[in-house]
Amino acid sequence: MTMTSTEPTVAALRDTLRSRVADGMRFAGLFAARVDGGITLSAHVAGPDGIETLEAPLPPGAASYPALTPVIGAAFWYERVIRDETGVVPDGHPRLAPLIAPGRPEDHALPRHVAGYGMFTIPHGPVRSGVFESMEYLVETPGEAIPHLNMRIFYKHRGIAARFAGLTVSDGVLLAERAEGIASVAHALAYCHAAEAIAGCAVPRAAALVRVVHAELERIANHLDVAMRLADAAGLAVAAARFALHKERVLRLVGAMCGSRFGRGVIVPGGISAFPQLSQGELLAAIGPLDKQVAADSGALMGTSSFLDRLRGTGPLTPDRAREHGALGPVGKASGYADDARTARPYDSYPLLAAAPAPRHTSGDAMTRLRVRFEEVAQAFRLIGQALSDLPERGQASPLRVPCDPLDGRAVGWAEAPQGEVLYDLAVEDARIARCQPRSASFHNLVLMHEVFAGDILTDFPFIEASFGLSVAGAAL
Amino acid sequence: MSIWVLRGLRDGIVTARWPGRPDEYAASWRGPATVLPDAVPPGAVLPNAVLPGGLAPDGAAAGSALAGGAELERLCPTGAIEAVDQLRVDQGRCVLCGRCVAARPDLFTWSRGATRPGAAALARRALVVPDEPETDAAVAAARAALAERTTALRRSVHVRHVDAGSDGSEEWEIQALLGPVYDVQRLGIFFTASPRHADVLLVTGAGTVGMTGPLRATYDGMPDPKVVIAVGTDAVSGGLLSDRLTGVDGEVPVDVWLPGSPPSPFGILNALLIATGRLR
Repeated sequence: MTMTSTEPTVAALRDTLRSRVADGMRFAGLFAARVDGGITLSAHVAGPDGIETLEAPLPPGAASYPALTPVIGAAFWYERVIRDETGVVPDGHPRLAPLIAPGRPEDHALPRHVAGYGMFTIPHGPVRSGVFESMEYLVETPGEAIPHLNMRIFYKHRGIAARFAGLTVSDGVLLAERAEGIASVAHALAYCHAAEAIAGCAVPRAAALVRVVHAELERIANHLDVAMRLADAAGLAVAAARFALHKERVLRLVGAMCGSRFGRGVIVPGGISAFPQLSQGELLAAIGPLDKQVAADSGALMGTSSFLDRLRGTGPLTPDRAREHGALGPVGKASGYADDARTARPYDSYPLLAAAPAPRHTSGDAMTRLRVRFEEVAQAFRLIGQALSDLPERGQASPLRVPCDPLDGRAVGWAEAPQGEVLYDLAVEDARIARCQPRSASFHNLVLMHEVFAGDILTDFPFIEASFGLSVAGAAL
Repeated sequence: MSIWVLRGLRDGIVTARWPGRPDEYAASWRGPATVLPDAVPPGAVLPNAVLPGGLAPDGAAAGSALAGGAELERLCPTGAIEAVDQLRVDQGRCVLCGRCVAARPDLFTWSRGATRPGAAALARRALVVPDEPETDAAVAAARAALAERTTALRRSVHVRHVDAGSDGSEEWEIQALLGPVYDVQRLGIFFTASPRHADVLLVTGAGTVGMTGPLRATYDGMPDPKVVIAVGTDAVSGGLLSDRLTGVDGEVPVDVWLPGSPPSPFGILNALLIATGRLR
């Protein structure tokens, strides 16, 4: 459920936002949109009842507004994006360098943050060694320690949010699937949930179960990818190969189910496009052995001391900072902040499936983040088993979708991606998308990487980066 | 440490034998949409399609000589369907959404096989199916020019990847080539960190403004002879973003065009072998 309320001014919005966060709700996003020639700020806060949207119009022709970042620290990157996209300046923002707009090179010049004898900056990226998405890290270092880190993500800003405008609702899901390609299913789900909320339609039971199967397979593939990268960073060639093999098997299974290795084309507004091409028996026969093998290899990895030595205490995020920022997904869970959309604001068939309560962690280091991922993988296999046993046989499952043609309205949809909660703020006018603002967990969590290098050195860098498990495509959009 | 020695032996050999032997999985890959053979003879009058609602982008071809052609073109969200004098699909624009196959199974179908002939093309127009007669000559010329450049590479090829604004899935599929299943080292193909050591440039993504400079600098940093592969529909044409981003060809000269959203690891491997003259 989503609620929208309008505040008269940005100052009132700021006070309401502050009291919501003080009441225990989580700041989930801040965007600016051009509505009827003026600019409106929309802030989202997440609570147990859903996502609440608070809006405030800027005065006509306003070139600036009082920044929210001094009050809500997590708005830091959101306000930089607002300035990049609308040109409106958040007054009092601590650092207004462009974040996603390419701009001129001098706009991106960064004063050295840390001064001292022998300090220098290592620019790393955007073309990096290995197969990585493009982004640049600027590592300020005296040689070994990393007292400060800067990130530039504008290189691959594609303008996804702007591209949505004018598309039909059914075409929008294609773009949502490609906003963050490794979390295609979660983005399609969050988008479709918003469209379904506007149209007021309920997804058929069989479709809701198939959606869960695809979402959990995507989670498994993503977490196996992180395990592979961590093992590779530690030089464990066999472990890296094992997890790459498991990941390939998951992608092939997804491909056998729907024709796309990334589950694209399955989720459509109102349901799913087709029943899985594999029978229940075939799916269970594939999932069972995979579950056992992944469990055995993850157990072995978490028992390899030379590997754990590299992760233990590396890149710690304190529980206080995780709660303050509202850290999403495994990053938040490892630091004691677990706001999982599947249980906090359940959707599709998650309310019907029994999720075992997840153990609470507070260490917040790279090792704990990996532990959380392996727990999520085990739980994902259980959820898939439950969903498949509830799934009717092909032919008895009808319908697979209900008509979903929203004409006018606005709603926020959400889904729990492997990286954490994905939000879609969708506005439809005359059956076409007027505005659509995606917000990936990658964007919300990536800014935290600034803060986790306390005491860590250059060789810890790949471990910390991999343990966050984020996608630059989703962050830069 | 010793447990990993045993675990490494657990599943035996999982590495694909392709191209030495055919691979069932590569052959079954669902590729871009294509036109069914003899579905529409040239000049035929197509019946008006009954279309599901909400599929109409603006500006479909008004001067279509094929009756119902404009409706067919509107099936595609990226404008890959051409129905002017003959029904054609530009696979370089296809994002594999399957709208056309679902709406008109009598005309369109999926192409099958990641390594089928034509899966990766040596000329942009060669991705348009069915073939136009004039593309054969262009492909032959491109192949001859490429062969002249790449004979020196022989069986040791170093590859550099650059992301110019992908959605992230292409990176996964390229990364898979280094895993145990595809294992490109067995074919003498190696990934390198430095453009100075690279023979082949794999470019993904629709060609964002921010990556124009870094992409060009990487290309310029590579020694001659060099080959560029555009990996994925985004890199070939911009895909769904083609209203503003039109792929990477304007920034670096593309030799091999590989559509797919994303292409499969076998497709990328196939393109690498075509680019180095080891497959046709």
